[in-house]
Amino acid sequence: MLFSLIESFRSALIAIFANRMRSFLTTLGIIIGVASVISVVSLTGGMSAFIGDSFEALGSNSLTISSYTPFEDLMKGVRSRLSPEDLELIERRADGIASITPILAANRSSQIKYGPQTSFSEILGTTYAFQDVSQSYTQSGRFLAQSDNLTRRRVAVIGEEVRDNLNLPDNPINEYIEFSGEWFKIVGLLESRGEVMGQSRDNLVLIPYSTMVSILGNQTRTDIGIQLTLSPSAELDLVTIQLTALLRDAHNLGAGEEDDFRIQTPEQLTEQVDEILGTLTLVVGGIVSISLLVGGIGIMNIMLVSVTERTREIGVCKAIGAKSHHILMQFLIEAMLLSLIGGIIGLALGYGLGALISSGIPDFPPASVPPWAALLALGFSGAVGVLFGILPAAKASRLDPIDALRYE
Amino acid sequence: MATQSKGVEAAVFNSELGTDMDLISLIDISKHYQMGGQTVKALDSVTVHIAKNDYLAFIGSSGSGKSTMLNILGCLDRPSIGTYHLNGKDVDSLTENELSEIRNLEIGFIFQSFNLLPRSTALANVMQPLVYRNISYKARKKLALEALQRVGLDSRISHFPNQLSGGQRQRVAIARALVTEPSILLADEPTGNLDSRTTDEIMILFDRLHHDGHTLIIVTHETEIADHCKRVVELKDGRIFSDSRH
Ligand SMILES: Nc1ncnc2c1ncn2[C@@H]1O[C@H](COP(=O)(O)OP(=O)(O)OP(=O)(O)O)[C@@H](O)[C@H]1O
Ligand SMILES: [Mg+2]
Repeated sequence: MLFSLIESFRSALIAIFANRMRSFLTTLGIIIGVASVISVVSLTGGMSAFIGDSFEALGSNSLTISSYTPFEDLMKGVRSRLSPEDLELIERRADGIASITPILAANRSSQIKYGPQTSFSEILGTTYAFQDVSQSYTQSGRFLAQSDNLTRRRVAVIGEEVRDNLNLPDNPINEYIEFSGEWFKIVGLLESRGEVMGQSRDNLVLIPYSTMVSILGNQTRTDIGIQLTLSPSAELDLVTIQLTALLRDAHNLGAGEEDDFRIQTPEQLTEQVDEILGTLTLVVGGIVSISLLVGGIGIMNIMLVSVTERTREIGVCKAIGAKSHHILMQFLIEAMLLSLIGGIIGLALGYGLGALISSGIPDFPPASVPPWAALLALGFSGAVGVLFGILPAAKASRLDPIDALRYE
Repeated sequence: MATQSKGVEAAVFNSELGTDMDLISLIDISKHYQMGGQTVKALDSVTVHIAKNDYLAFIGSSGSGKSTMLNILGCLDRPSIGTYHLNGKDVDSLTENELSEIRNLEIGFIFQSFNLLPRSTALANVMQPLVYRNISYKARKKLALEALQRVGLDSRISHFPNQLSGGQRQRVAIARALVTEPSILLADEPTGNLDSRTTDEIMILFDRLHHDGHTLIIVTHETEIADHCKRVVELKDGRIFSDSRH
């Protein structure tokens, strides 16, 4: 069996490459199907790993509060927000909170300067509590202090990559960097937090929250994020209920109205993202199954044509001793290889497409194809070939040798 | 039993007595085709015994049943009625796959239109029957090279059929038929597509194969070819018209 199988593979490849153009067009359905699923998987895979890792840094006993605009309000053009007053209210009235900090981001990526050097970094306005809440500590110098916030000092704590990008000295403390037309004195250098999916998490500049408010203040009605950690004895559910009540009251929400904010644990955030990605995967999966089906039918069609074209050859093979299973295997293997080659091309194409998209969008995590997805894609395309090859192969194997030899 | 005795009678009539030494015994073979309510008798109660190392030609006019006869002898086709013993085996009751095996083990086919596999080289074509015996590539290649040598074609073995002349193609086909060491070689109009010079070459090759001990059965309508053979059986309307030796 072995040697005739090897020979079947060899002659199947010869047959496929003898009709290169036709084979390529036949497998286009498979190529497109696999390429689309792989590119989506490579993007979502990178994304969920990235998001998962970012939330992991926050302790599991931490909460994030952010504004949320219900759909009807969105339609009316109203945008919800969390204000500094909300923060004060929580600080004053809520129980079970160990530390709490506002986070006010500058424009997503903002330019900073040091001498002739410029760099784009994530710039956050926050307070001393940030270091407990997000577990980022300084390796040299100091963190933001409460007094920095009270006096709106122009000081900054920077990440390793910022120091690197700006060609700052090894010890950057007491150097000045420029951001938004203001000079900031560097007071601390953060410990490296490493990379997530090739994306550095050290490209970060922290400045006092109130300083950020004054820089942005006249531009927008501030919408802040709030991060807090619970004291060890506090119950997550109870704190959530209390915070909800406080904020609903402060925002004057009636009994029937939806919350205009979201209180989330890192797990919930991750789950939510996963859910969205899951739905996306499902939709793509649907599209892919249809294109694989179409691809499979294409393969079946071309294999049927092939059987007809090679009727005489089949007759010759039978005359010199081929049994039904030899012919069956020959065509099954050919259909499978055809489909599998399409799968391999699709895999490479999909990976390239994913990499292209992820590199095209700034701050997007790099594409990555998990091995299981690659194997699954190849397995599926092979299986499609076998499945849709059965009918033509059976037709070939059942040919009567005399009729086949007489076929013109 | 009745068919058996009738078969012997027919054999006597055909001046060729069946013995245990026969390689082939076709006894009272008929082949019928239904054509629009009408029955065509391609073969009509034919009995033939063929001994080992025989060199036999079937001749006869077009439509006399020569190809039908050869296809039945080659286990490609089954008779409508009658029994066929090949090399001691009863072929009638075999399944399709068993017939494939018999063809692979016992029979070498040579066709008028060569019937080589177009995407395989000359060497690969000769190796092909051995694939179905599940023989390793190395062993297949060795046997195929020997067979090609026997037909005098040891160059151009890596050419494809469309790169070979008609005579060369037929040599490849003969090598393919020889490579399995079959008990009979069957050729249906083997020189029908060849010019007279190449025909002579192929016939000299057949003569040599006969001399080497092979059993050859050739269908032809050319008398020059029949003259090479030791025994000539003429068919007419599906029956044996004459059976002579020289
Ligand atoms: N598949 C078939 N269906 C119907 N009739 C057939 C079939 N095959 C052969 N016949 C008939 O059987 C008869 C014998 O055919 P066969 O092919 O054996 O003739 P032949 O002697 O080989 O002729 P030629 O020299 O032209 O090749 C013919 O009358 C032919 O029409
Ligand atoms: Mg004929």
